[in-house]
Amino acid sequence: MVEAHELVKQFDDFIAVRGLSLHVQPGEVLALLGPNGAGKTTTVRMLHAILKPTSGWARVAGYDVVRQAEAVRRSVGVLTEHHGLYFRMQAEEYLSFFGELYGLSPAVCRKRATYWLERFGMSEAVSKRLGEYSKGMRQKLALIRALLHDPPVLLLDEPTSAMDPESARLVRDAISQLRSANRAIILCTHNLTEAEQLADQIAIIRRGTIVARGSPEQLKRDLLGPALLELRTAAPLNGVAHSLSDLVEIVEAGDNWLRYRTPDPATYNPLILQRLTERRVPVITLAEVPRSLEDVYLQVIAHQ
Amino acid sequence: MTLSRALIVTRRELRDQLRDWRIIFPVVVLTLFFPLLMNFTADRMLDFMAQHGANILGERLVPFLLMVVGFFPISVSLVIALESFVGEKERHSLEPLLASPLTDTELYVGKILASTLPPLLSSYLGIFVYLVGLALTVGWFAEPVLLIQILALTTVQGLVMVAGAVVVSSQATSVRAANLLASFIIIPFALLIQGESVIMLWGRYEALWWILLALLLILFILLRMGVQLFNREELLGRDLDELNLKAAWRTFAQGFVGAGQRAGLAGWYRKEVFPTVARLRAPIAVLGLALFGAVLLGYSQASQYPNLFVAGNFRLLEDTAEHFAQFGFFSPTGASWVFLINLRALGFASLLGIFSWGVLAIVLLMVPLALTGFFAGQLALAGVSPLSFFAAFILPHGVAEIPAALLAGGAILRLGASVIAPPPGKTLSEGWLLALADWAKILLGLVIPLLAMAALLEAFLTPRVVLMVFGN
Repeated sequence: MVEAHELVKQFDDFIAVRGLSLHVQPGEVLALLGPNGAGKTTTVRMLHAILKPTSGWARVAGYDVVRQAEAVRRSVGVLTEHHGLYFRMQAEEYLSFFGELYGLSPAVCRKRATYWLERFGMSEAVSKRLGEYSKGMRQKLALIRALLHDPPVLLLDEPTSAMDPESARLVRDAISQLRSANRAIILCTHNLTEAEQLADQIAIIRRGTIVARGSPEQLKRDLLGPALLELRTAAPLNGVAHSLSDLVEIVEAGDNWLRYRTPDPATYNPLILQRLTERRVPVITLAEVPRSLEDVYLQVIAHQ
Repeated sequence: MTLSRALIVTRRELRDQLRDWRIIFPVVVLTLFFPLLMNFTADRMLDFMAQHGANILGERLVPFLLMVVGFFPISVSLVIALESFVGEKERHSLEPLLASPLTDTELYVGKILASTLPPLLSSYLGIFVYLVGLALTVGWFAEPVLLIQILALTTVQGLVMVAGAVVVSSQATSVRAANLLASFIIIPFALLIQGESVIMLWGRYEALWWILLALLLILFILLRMGVQLFNREELLGRDLDELNLKAAWRTFAQGFVGAGQRAGLAGWYRKEVFPTVARLRAPIAVLGLALFGAVLLGYSQASQYPNLFVAGNFRLLEDTAEHFAQFGFFSPTGASWVFLINLRALGFASLLGIFSWGVLAIVLLMVPLALTGFFAGQLALAGVSPLSFFAAFILPHGVAEIPAALLAGGAILRLGASVIAPPPGKTLSEGWLLALADWAKILLGLVIPLLAMAALLEAFLTPRVVLMVFGN
C-alpha cells in the first residue's frame, strides 16, 4: 500500500533524506521515529506528493508519487506537523470546506464530520470559532480533517501531541480501529510508548537514513540482546546461581535473586526451575525484565 | 484545472475576508467615503479654478480624481494577496491545502481571484459613487472611452499587484519579509501613478492605452512567473529566508566551469562556451530581429526631421583626420576608451535587463542601432548610398562589435527571462544563477575579446576607411 525505494531528497547542498526505503501493508502501522531534523517530515511530504524525490521512487495506494501526484493526494489522509486551521471558521464549516476539496457530497461530509466530532468528544464545540479551541481540540479537528475522505492511507505526524490523556486515548483507539479496517498508517512520533502500543513496525531515522527497523519485539531482541529474566526465590541461593551458568548467561545475582539471559526461554526456563526445585530452593517469581522501546531508541541514537 | 475547484478556495477566502474588520473597514471607507470626499474636492477645485480663469486645470483634475478613486481600493489587493499567500504559509495552514487534490494552478487561480475580487468590486463601486456624485453636483459625465480606459487600467493594475504579490510571496516565508519585498511592487506603482497623473493633467489620454498595453505585458509575465513559482516544491522546499552564499557560489561555479572542468581553456570553450552559445540561439535571434527593427525604425524616421546633411555633397572636412586624432583615434588610449565605453554600456544593459526581464536591455541596445539607421536614412535623402555609410562607418569594427552585442544581449535577455520560467527541476534562484553563469561565460569567453578587437578596429581601421571613402 505504501512502498518507497531508495528515496533521496536534496535541498540545495543539504540532503534531507538519503536512500530511504520502506513498505507498509494495509492493516499495518509503521512508526517513524527519529530526532528533530532526521528527515521524517520530508519523507512524509514526499509520500503525499507535495515534494518530489530527487531520486528513488514511491508508490502510495498504487499510485506513483511523481507521475500520479493528484491521485496520491486523493488517497492519503495527512495530519501535518502543524494543525494549520483557519481560526475564523467553525468546525463544520472547516470540515465542509475540505470535504468539498476532496469531492465529497455535502450529505456524506456532514455525516462523517458528525461521526468523528462525536467520537472525539467535540460535538459541543462545533459552534465555536476554531481560534477559541484548545490545542488538543485543534489537533483532534486536524485529525478529523485527515480522516474525512476515508482514505486508504494515513500519514499522521504527532497525532496525540498537545492532547490530554483522555483525548490521546481516544485518538489511539481510533488509530487501532483504522488499522483493523485495513488502513495503511505511517505514524511520526516522539512518543515512544505510543509507538510501541500502536506500531507493527518501527523505523528509526537518523540523518535521512533508516538506521534500525523491525517490530518492537524484534528491535529489542536485535539491539538489546536476548531477553533478560529475573528470578526471585524464597530462600537464599547459596551458590546455586553458579551451578546454572551451564544453562544460561548469569548477568547479576544477589542473596535470593538472579538475572540471566537466554536466547531460548521456552527451553531453558523449565530446566532452571527444575534444577532449583531439585536443590529445594522455592521460586517466588520468574519474569522477563521489561525493556522499553526507549531503550532501543536511545541505544540506536547513541550508537549512531 | 477546473474552475469549480479553484472557486472553492475563492469562496472560503472571501468568507474569511468578510469576517476581518481590518479588511472591511478600509474597503468601506475607500468605497463610500473617499469618493464622496473626492466629489467635494472636485466641486471646490472647479469653482476655485474658474475664479482664477484656469478652467482647463479643473477640467483635467476631475478625470484624474476618477483614476485616483479607482486606484485606492485596489491598493488593498496587495495587502490581501500578501496575507493570503505568505500569511497562510506562516500560519502553516497552507500545507493541508497543498496535501489536498487541488492542482497548483487551481490553488493559484483560487487565491488570485480571492485577492482581486473584493478590491476590484470596491473600486468599481467607488467609481460609480464618484460619477453619480459628480453628475448630481457639477453635472459632469465621463466620456465613455475615458471610463473604459479607467476601468481597464484599474482592473489590470489590481491584477498586476496581486500577480506581483504571488511572486514576492513565493520567495518569502514570513509576512514581514513579504512586506519588505513588496516595495518592488509599491515603488514602481507609485511611479506609474505619478506618470499617469502627468498624462491626465496634460490631457494626452491616448497615452493611457500604451500604459495599459505595457501593464498587460507585465501581467502576462507575472502570471507566467506565478504559475511557475506557485508550486508545492517551491512553497514547501524553503523553510528559511537565509541567504546561502556558499550554495549560491557552488551553483554558479558549477554552471560556469561545468563540463569544462580540468579540460583547460580550450576544453572550457569547447564544452561550455560554445554549447552555451548554441543554447542562446533563440534569445540571440529575438535580439537580432529587434536590432534590425531598430535600424529600420531609425531609417524610416529620417524623413520626419530636418536633414543634417547637404544634399549631394557629403564630404568630410580636410582636417577631419586631425580631429579624429584629437578625439583619441589612431592611438591605444582611444582604443581603450572605446572598449571601456562599450563594456560600460553592456554592463548597464545587463543591470537594466535583470530588473526588467531583459526588456530594457533590448531597448538600450536598440538605441544606437536606431540612430545608425536614422543617419543612414538622412544620408540616403541627401543622395549618399546608405550602404557605403554602413560599409565605412559601421562594418570595419562592426564585424566584431555586432556579434559581441548580439551575444551579450542574448545572454542578458536569457538572464532577465530566467526568472519568468526557471528550468524544469530548478528553483528560481538556481535557474537565475545558472543563467548568470551563462552570461559570465559569454562575457568573459567571447564578448570581452570581441569588444577588445572591435575597439582596436574602431580606433585604428574605421577612421581610415571613413577617410578613404568620404575624405576629400
